[in-house]
Amino acid sequence: MTAVVGTAEFVRAPAEVRRARILGITYILLAAVVYFLFALGTEGDVTFKMGDQPGDLDFTVSAQALAIFTAVVFAFLGGMQLIKGFGSKTNVVLAIAIGLFAFSFLGWAAAGKSLSLIGMLGTTVALAAPIAFGALSGVMCERVAVINIGIEGMLLAGAFTGAVVGTLMGPVLGILGAAFAGGLMALALAVLAIKYRVDQIIAGVVINIFALGLTSFLSAQFLVENASGLNTPGVLGPIRIPLLADIPVLGRIFFDQNIFIYVMYLLVAGLTYGLFKTRWGLQSRAVGEHPKAADTVGINVFRRRYINVVLGGLIAGFGGAYFTLGSVGAFNENMTAGRGYIGLAAMIFGRWHPVGALGAALVFGFADSLQVKLGILDTGIPSEFLLMAPYLVTIIVVAGVVGQTRPPAADGQPYIKE
Amino acid sequence: MSDETILPKEEKEPKEPGWVERVAPKNVAWSSLVVIPLLAVFSALVVGAVFIIFTEGFGAVFPAYKALFQGSLVGWNSISETLLVSSPLIFAGLSVALGFRAALFNIGAEGQMTIGGLTAVIVGISFEGLPAVIHLPLALVAGFLGGVLWGFIPGILRAKTGAHEVITTIMLNFIAFRTLEYILKVPFVQAEGRFDPISKDVLESAQLPRILTWLPVEGAEMLRLNLGFIVALAVAWVVYWILFKSTIGFEFRAVGANPSAAKYGGMAVTSAIILVMVLAGGLAGLGGANETLGVLGRAFPGFTAQIGFDAIALALLGRSHPGGVVLASILFGALRVGGRVMQVKTDVGIDLIIIIQALIIVFVAAPELVRAIYKVKGGEEAGQLTRGWST
Repeated sequence: MTAVVGTAEFVRAPAEVRRARILGITYILLAAVVYFLFALGTEGDVTFKMGDQPGDLDFTVSAQALAIFTAVVFAFLGGMQLIKGFGSKTNVVLAIAIGLFAFSFLGWAAAGKSLSLIGMLGTTVALAAPIAFGALSGVMCERVAVINIGIEGMLLAGAFTGAVVGTLMGPVLGILGAAFAGGLMALALAVLAIKYRVDQIIAGVVINIFALGLTSFLSAQFLVENASGLNTPGVLGPIRIPLLADIPVLGRIFFDQNIFIYVMYLLVAGLTYGLFKTRWGLQSRAVGEHPKAADTVGINVFRRRYINVVLGGLIAGFGGAYFTLGSVGAFNENMTAGRGYIGLAAMIFGRWHPVGALGAALVFGFADSLQVKLGILDTGIPSEFLLMAPYLVTIIVVAGVVGQTRPPAADGQPYIKE
Repeated sequence: MSDETILPKEEKEPKEPGWVERVAPKNVAWSSLVVIPLLAVFSALVVGAVFIIFTEGFGAVFPAYKALFQGSLVGWNSISETLLVSSPLIFAGLSVALGFRAALFNIGAEGQMTIGGLTAVIVGISFEGLPAVIHLPLALVAGFLGGVLWGFIPGILRAKTGAHEVITTIMLNFIAFRTLEYILKVPFVQAEGRFDPISKDVLESAQLPRILTWLPVEGAEMLRLNLGFIVALAVAWVVYWILFKSTIGFEFRAVGANPSAAKYGGMAVTSAIILVMVLAGGLAGLGGANETLGVLGRAFPGFTAQIGFDAIALALLGRSHPGGVVLASILFGALRVGGRVMQVKTDVGIDLIIIIQALIIVFVAAPELVRAIYKVKGGEEAGQLTRGWST
C-alpha cells in the first residue's frame, strides 16, 4: 500500500489527471501519424520563402527531416504530458504543437516545391482578426459574468451594417455603424440576460437567429435588387506602418495590414491594461467573480454589466465590419460562417485573457490560412476536408483544454439584488 | 400535530391532478404553460407587422397576414402541406427538447439531420428489389444511426473532457455540411450525369408513402402528406414515455436538474449525458431521413433548410415537452407554408418568417418580459435551462 502520499506535491483533480492523460496519448498518436504519413516515403526538399523578393530569406529543408523532427517533438511532448504535465503552460504547448503539426503537414504537401510562408503568415493574421474581435467581445462580457453566445449575430449585424452604411456614407461611418449595430444587439442581450434573467446561452442563440433572419430578410428585400447602390462598400487597403513594416519578416506579417488589424492590436493592449491595471478592470472582475461581494462594497453590478456587455457588442460589431469592409467587399447571407462561435472557443482557449484570446485567434487563423494554402497546392486531399480544418481544430482545442481553464466564478448566473 | 389541522388543508387541494399537472409534472403554473406561449406568438406577430410596415407600408400588413393564414390552414391542400412541413420539425424539436431536459443544449440538430438524411439516402438508393416493408424501416434506422453518430461525438466530448456542447455541435454542423458535399460526389451516391453534389433518387421501396390520397375530395391525389407525420407522432409519444415513465428518463431529468445530486444519488452521470446526446442525435437524424425519404426523395447541400435551428424555438415554445413540441411544430409548419404563399401573393419576403420565429423565441425565453408587457401574474419560472462552460 502506498502509505506515503506526497504531501508537498500539488494534488490534481481526477478529471484533470484523466484529461492530461488523454492529451498525452493524443500527442503520441500524432507523433505516429506524422511519422507514418508525412515522413515515410516523402522525398524532396521544401523551400519556405520568408522575404518579399525571390531568393531573399529562403530556407530549404528536407521534408522528411522536418517530419521526423516533428514526430520526435510530439513523442517528447506526449511523454512529458504523461509524466508531469505542463501545468499552466498546457495551452501554450498545445498551440505550439498545433503550429508544428501544421508546419510538417505543409512540408509534406509542398515537398519538392517552394511556398511563400510569409504570405501565409500575413493571411493568418488577417483571418485571425474577426475571430479575435469575437473573442475579445466574449472576454468583455464574461469578465462581468454574462455569457455571450450572441457574438456570431453581432458579427453578422456588423458585417451587414458596415456594407450598407459603408456604401452610402463611406467606410469610416460604415465602421462606426457596424460597431453601433453590434452594440444594439448586445444591448438586447444585456436586457434579456440582466433584467429579465433569461438563460444567457439561449438569449445569445436567439440573438444569432434573429441577426441571421434580419440580415437575410433585409438583404433579400433590398441588397439583391440594388447591389450597386447599397452593397459595394469597397475594401480598405493595407496601410504600411513606416518604420515597423521595415523589420525583416515580422514587419511584413504584422505591420502591412489594414486598419482592422491595428485596432485589434490596440484593443488587446488596451483591454489587458484596462482589465488588470485600472479601477474599472478590478471592479469588472469583481462583478464577474463575486457579484454579491462587489455589490456590498458599493459597485453597481447591473450598471457594470450593462456597460461592459454593450462595449463587448461594439467590439464584435466592429469586427463584423471586417468581413465586408476589410476582406470581401460585399455582404453575403450568413457570411460569418461560424466565426463567432470559433471566437468563443478562442476566448476559452485564451483563458479569458485578451492576450490569450489573440494568441488563440492566431492559431485558428493559421488553420484557416493552411486550408486556403493547401487548396492551392493541389495535394489530392478533397477541398471539402480542407474546409473542415478550422472547425476540427476548434473541437480539438475545446476538448483538449476546456476543463483546465477556469471561467469567472459567477459566469452565466443572473444577479438578483436582495 | 393533530388530524384536525391536516384535514382542512387536504380538502383545499384537488385530489386528482388536472391535465395541466399531468402534462407538466413540475408544478408549472397554467399561465407559464399556456398563456405565455400564446402571448409570445401574438407578440411576435405584432412585431413582425411592424417590420412589414417599415419595409412595405401599413397597407401591406393585412394582406400579408391573410395570405399567411389562408395559405397554411384553409383547405385540404394547405393543411396537408402544413403537417408535411411540421413532420421534420417535430423530430428536430424533440431532439433539442430532450437535450434541454438534461440541461444539454443541442444546437447541432442541423448537422445531425444532415448526416441522418445522408445515411438514409445511402440505404434508400441501395438494395434494389427489397420489399418496402423492409427497405423503408431499414432506411429510417440508417437515418437514426447517422444522427446517433453525430450526437455521440459531442456527447462523449462533453462527458469525458467537458467540451461544451454548444461549441462542439456548431462545429460538427459545419463538418457535416462538408461531409455531405463530399459524399454526394462519390460515384456510387451521385446522380448519374450530374457534376454537382446531388444524390440519386431514393428507390420507391424506401420512400415514405403518401397517406391522404384516399380522401374523397377534389385533388386528393396531389396531397403530399406522408407517413413521416405518423412516425413523428409515434416518436413523440416514445420520447414522452422515456422522459416521464421510464427510469432512464428520470435519470436524464435528474442529471439536468442537479448533476451533483444525481451523482451522489448513484446515477451514472457520464453515461446519461452520452445517452441523451446519442438519442437527441438519433431523433434529429430521423428528421433528416424524413426529408430525404419523403418530400425531397434525394439529398443535396442545404436540404435541412435551417430546420435544426428552428428546433431550438420549438423546444422552448413547447416547454421541452413532447406534446408541446408537436403543437409548436405544427404552428411553425403553418408559418413556413403560409410564408411561401405570402411571398408569392404579396411583396413581403419569406425571411420575415425567420424574424417572427426568432421573436417567438425571445418572448418565450423571456417570460418575465411577456409578464411585464401584459401584466400577467404567475408562478415561478423554470430558471436556467443550460449550463455554463465549467462542468
